[in-house]
Amino acid sequence: MPRKVLVTLYGNDVAPRFDLTIEVFIASVSPEGRIEEEKTVVLPQASAEKLCRMIITEDIQTVICGAIEEEYFEYLRWKRIEVLDSVIGSCRKALEKYIRKELVPRAIFWEKPQNVLS
Amino acid sequence: MKKESLPHITGLFDSPIELHRLLDHLPLAIAVLNADREIVLLNRAIQGLTGFHEEEAKGIPCAYILRSSVCQFKCPLLNTESHSVVQCCEGDIINRDHQKIPVRLTYAPVKTAAGKLKGFVEAVEDIRFVGALERRTSTTYGFGELVGRSPQMERVFHVLPMIAQSDSSVLITGETGTGKDLLAEAVHRASQRAKGPFVKVNCGALPETLMESELFGHQKGAFTGAVENKPGRFQLAHNGSLYLTEIGDLPMPLQVKLLTFLDDRVVYPLGSTRGFQSNVRVIAATHRNLERMVQEGRFRQDLLFRLNVVRLHLPPVRERQDDVRLLLDHFLNRFTAEFKKPIKGFSAKALRILLDYSYPGNVRELKNIAEYALNICQEDYIAPKHLPGYLTDGRIQAASAAGAVSGEELPVSAVTGAGEGIADWSALEQKMILDALLRSGGRRGKAAGLLGWGRSTLWRKMKQYGLEGHATASAATSQ
Repeated sequence: MPRKVLVTLYGNDVAPRFDLTIEVFIASVSPEGRIEEEKTVVLPQASAEKLCRMIITEDIQTVICGAIEEEYFEYLRWKRIEVLDSVIGSCRKALEKYIRKELVPRAIFWEKPQNVLS
Repeated sequence: MKKESLPHITGLFDSPIELHRLLDHLPLAIAVLNADREIVLLNRAIQGLTGFHEEEAKGIPCAYILRSSVCQFKCPLLNTESHSVVQCCEGDIINRDHQKIPVRLTYAPVKTAAGKLKGFVEAVEDIRFVGALERRTSTTYGFGELVGRSPQMERVFHVLPMIAQSDSSVLITGETGTGKDLLAEAVHRASQRAKGPFVKVNCGALPETLMESELFGHQKGAFTGAVENKPGRFQLAHNGSLYLTEIGDLPMPLQVKLLTFLDDRVVYPLGSTRGFQSNVRVIAATHRNLERMVQEGRFRQDLLFRLNVVRLHLPPVRERQDDVRLLLDHFLNRFTAEFKKPIKGFSAKALRILLDYSYPGNVRELKNIAEYALNICQEDYIAPKHLPGYLTDGRIQAASAAGAVSGEELPVSAVTGAGEGIADWSALEQKMILDALLRSGGRRGKAAGLLGWGRSTLWRKMKQYGLEGHATASAATSQ
């Protein structure tokens, strides 16, 4: 059974803030660690509530994000969604680490060449 | 981190000192960034606030460490202006413990002696407690230090938060003692510039030449006695608010200079050709009638238009009779606590005198009366004998009522047409009530609104003057 993972995006990186995210990357990862399906969704506006609703409706099992407020963090966990927060680095690298089961909350794997803000 | 690799400050003392040790002792959260906005240094306070250690944060763009609401889309450092001047803004951060913390951010450029930009210093102030303190000090019937529940004051309180949040120039008008200074400070404290300086300048207090130097600063050697560079009030108020009180007394040549500043936002100190971009919100106040001064050619019309973006008028106490009791109780409570006197209140007779007085000196006079009475009173209740002597002298009361409508001070709208031939305040008040009743066609609620009183005050005053029969007659006449 594939696991659905959502990564909050800011350019090519994990977005610094969950509530200010306007773009997300969704991938279905097979038990063998293959990405079976992937899509990028642009949100109409930044809203933590709407993003949480989308996570529920899309049946996401793991969320990879940057800073997240207690209220939404606890809500997602209550909904039995794994939240790997305070992650700093590129989306690709985060997914690779997730697939290798190496990704943990507060992980930092920033690489200078990807240092492009806005 | 090895001790040898820590940065040091040299030349300040006889031996180098560690920069970290200096910054770690400050209670303010500070980050030093390079020109690419990557973390170079975090002091202990910011490590505590964000939850990131310096070792793991070094080399990472500030937006991923500070995680403030302004970082992603409104980073002030993207603005080229930030390379030369200090920038301030408010927002919130989310730390590693998932706490959302309201903060005030200040960004200052770091340059070499040759003026090359090397990086930025970022100061982060936790303003959670400031907000809590403000909520605690604010009163139910008021805003900041201002108190009132009359319709006129409610209108002011209603628009204040919106005006405070905007960055427009504000012009406050009102007679002396109505609380213009308090209102200006309340606007500043409720604005996004609250943590910035609030600089007050009395435009009528200094001669013209001194005032120019005071407001705009001067360069060393600009005039005899200018032995060093002096920043003006506009520079001191950078990122805050500049409160120009008695703006009506500002000399004409300085009015032109102020006008130029309001247009360009650049201050040129006396004797200097280099301007200073000052980010200042101007709040001006006056007890004078600026429109009349414009007509008389004593105040520039274009300056009035620029200052008059948002206008707040504070009504005199005689136009907000409903507030007199509230203000008396407010100051009584305040002074009993301050002077530690167990006074329970005002006696009925003292209260009658106080409620009937016109307060030409407005809230300031009312406050002084309350303070005087509390100092004198050694009993449970304040009696007429504890009030200042002039309050019981009818002649002075009448003079004060007449005096308030003279001169070039703001017109007393409620008593327009009254004044001549009326011997005392009671007669004037009766006439005001009758006028209002006539204008409202005998409807007491509307008449009370016109007078700026509550229905109960109007009813009490009508009963006191025996006007209940007149009201019916007035209504009949108007119909």
